[in-house]
Formats: sequence, C-alpha cells, structure tokens
Amino acid sequence: MSNSSFASSSLVIAQKAVKQLRLEASVRRIKVSQAAAELKTFCLQNAHKDPLLTGVPSSDNPFRPPKSCVLL
Amino acid sequence: MGEMEELRKEAESLKDQITAARKTVQDTTLQEAAAGITAVGRVQLKTRKTLRGHLAKIYAMHWGADSTLCVSASQDGKLIVWDSITTNKVNAIPLKSSWVMTCAYAPSGNLVACGGLDNMCSIYNLKGKDGNVKVMRELAAHTGYLSCCRFLSDTEIITSSGDCTCVLWDIETGTEKTIFAGHLGDCMSLAVSPDFKFFISGACDFTAKLWDIREAQCRQTFSGHESDINAIGFFPNGNAVITGSDDATCKLYDLRADQELNTYQDSSIMCGVTSLAPSVSGRLLLAGYDDFNVNIWDTLKSERVGVLAGHDNRVSCIGVSSDGMACCTGSWDSFLKIWN
Repeated sequence: MSNSSFASSSLVIAQKAVKQLRLEASVRRIKVSQAAAELKTFCLQNAHKDPLLTGVPSSDNPFRPPKSCVLL
Repeated sequence: MGEMEELRKEAESLKDQITAARKTVQDTTLQEAAAGITAVGRVQLKTRKTLRGHLAKIYAMHWGADSTLCVSASQDGKLIVWDSITTNKVNAIPLKSSWVMTCAYAPSGNLVACGGLDNMCSIYNLKGKDGNVKVMRELAAHTGYLSCCRFLSDTEIITSSGDCTCVLWDIETGTEKTIFAGHLGDCMSLAVSPDFKFFISGACDFTAKLWDIREAQCRQTFSGHESDINAIGFFPNGNAVITGSDDATCKLYDLRADQELNTYQDSSIMCGVTSLAPSVSGRLLLAGYDDFNVNIWDTLKSERVGVLAGHDNRVSCIGVSSDGMACCTGSWDSFLKIWN
C-alpha cells in the first residue's frame, strides 16, 4: 500500500470512529434510579415463576422420577 | 496531518462527553436500590441428569425452545441433540470439521447450526423428509473462526467471528445480509434480545456492543472489563446486558441508563468466566468458570449465593431452559449435566 493511500484509509477509519462516537453520545439516558427500580420490579414480580430460585417440588420436577414405583 | 489530529481530538472529546453524560444520570447504584429487598438465601441445585456420549471436550450447548431438547457440540466432531429428560440421543450428527466452537437450536426446532475453526456456519435440517439429518447450507464468508451463532428464525441467523465482525445471514440464499463491523478484537459471543430487534456482542477488545439488527448500526458500546469478554447474555426483560470476562468478573450494564450497574466478583475467584445464563426472573446469574465450577450470583445484591461443583474440567457452556425449570452445563470433561 502506498504511503498516501495508507494515510487516506486511516483518515476514513478515524472519520467512521468519530461518526460512531457522535451517535453513541446522542443516546437518551434514563436515571440509574429508574433503571434500577425497573430491574428490581421485574425480578420481584417474576420470582414466583422462577423454579431455580424458588425450588421445584419433586412431584412437579420433570427431571426427577416420581417417588412411587410401579412393579411390572 | 491536520485533519487526523482534529479527528483524534474530537474522538477524545466525544468519549469525555459520554463519560460525563453517564455520570449525570448516576443518582444511585443498583446495590443501594436493592438494599431493602430480602436476600435470596443459599441456592443449592442438584445434578438431576448427566448426558454421556461425547468423546472429547464439549465447547457449546443450546436449549431448544421446548425446554426438553438441547444440542451440544464437541471436538469429537459431533453435534448431539439430546432429550434432557430421558437422556436419549435424538440425533448424533457427524461434522465435516471437528474444530467446532459453537452450536445453536432454531426457535422452531427444525434446524441446528454449528461452526468453529472452519470459519463457516453450517446449518442442519433435523426434519428432512427421509429422516436423515443433512447439511442444508454452509455459510462461508468470515475470515476468522466462528465463535457463536444464534437463529432469528428458520431463514436468518447471526454469527460472531474471530475476524472481529458479526454477520446477519439469509439462510435460504446462503448470503450475508448485513455485516456488523466495529469491534477492535475477536468477537467471542453474541445474544439476541427477547424482541429479536437487537443483539449484543462481546469481544477481545474488552467491550460489549448493542446492535440494531434492521438499522444495521451499533447503538451503544460498554467498557469496563479488563480483559476479553467470553460470554454475554440479555437480562430477561431485554433492558440490560450481562457479560463474563477473562478478568474473572461478570458485569451488568443497563441499556437505558447506558452504563455498568453491577460487577460480580470475589477476591477468591481468579480465573476467567467462560459462559453465563440468567434465570428466568433475572434474579440469579449462573456463570461457568475455568476452575471447573459454576458460581450463582444474586444479580441485584451482587452476592454469591451458590456454587455448582460437579465437573472434572472447565465448564465451557451453560444455558437455562426457556421455562426456567433447569440449567444445563457442558464441560471439557465431555459431560453435560442438568441441574435444578
């Protein structure tokens, strides 16, 4: 690659980087207190539907065989 | 080079602006906000099933949408589709290349995909007419290894690669629809948002990026990790991202506050995070580490609440089924374990 084409491709890369940073800087941000509150609410509201959190009784656990055995 | 110098100064100024804007909305911390809620208590999960059959290291696994079938990939050159309840192997698919690093199950259950050091993503049809599982497409264009892949549907899949890009493919034509470039290091992992409009990628440039799939743009970049990000996932409500890194920590970034809200770390943990999965409520974070263990974290209080010890080698992959009923771990010890 010649010196001048290397220089111009570095320029293009730098221009793209600045364009991307401008986009990311313009993001609308909400307050951490609001974000945290919503994460908390989601966790608490869905806790009862979370088997790994609440535990699964063996009768409802598809991965555990039922306690009673049938003799064939 | 006057213009280069100007561009460099503008880039620095924009980075400072972003840092300042993030600080402006930082009126509290997640841990402070979670101080009042009840602690989770000790989480003790037991191994309910062990899936035996692979003959070498397992590198990846992915649950099917039915919460019963799952697919795993091993460097023994096989993709195995398992019925996790009976432990039966539904399909054992021999691969052209044994250097597989990732696998994925389509939401429909019709297709699985895999790829690795062959730089390709191979799509397999599980529901072919004669009952044989065959390669349906080979998606080739990446110039580096395939680190991760995830289906959007039976016609579209997103891949991440060691060539530093992610790609959205049209499976029917086998062509690249969109190339997502921007990372400065190997892309190691990706996850799709619950609404299928966005995906996130974690890379060896220590950052995670949020991409708008249809606008083909990177919307946000998250820094903070001090080493490669190996694993990434969405918090179940789609508003936050969780990353796992070689720096031995996991981090939670909120998308709307555009910043890191929590770090999950312990001075006794000094090895890299290889994989992660949140539980369905988002309250628990299960993360696999190089030291053969899985640590379970309370995502809100940032405390370790459990450990899954049972593998005899590195835990390379982990997944929670969509109904939240079980967690599956895959290891270099060649076994998969189902826990709840």
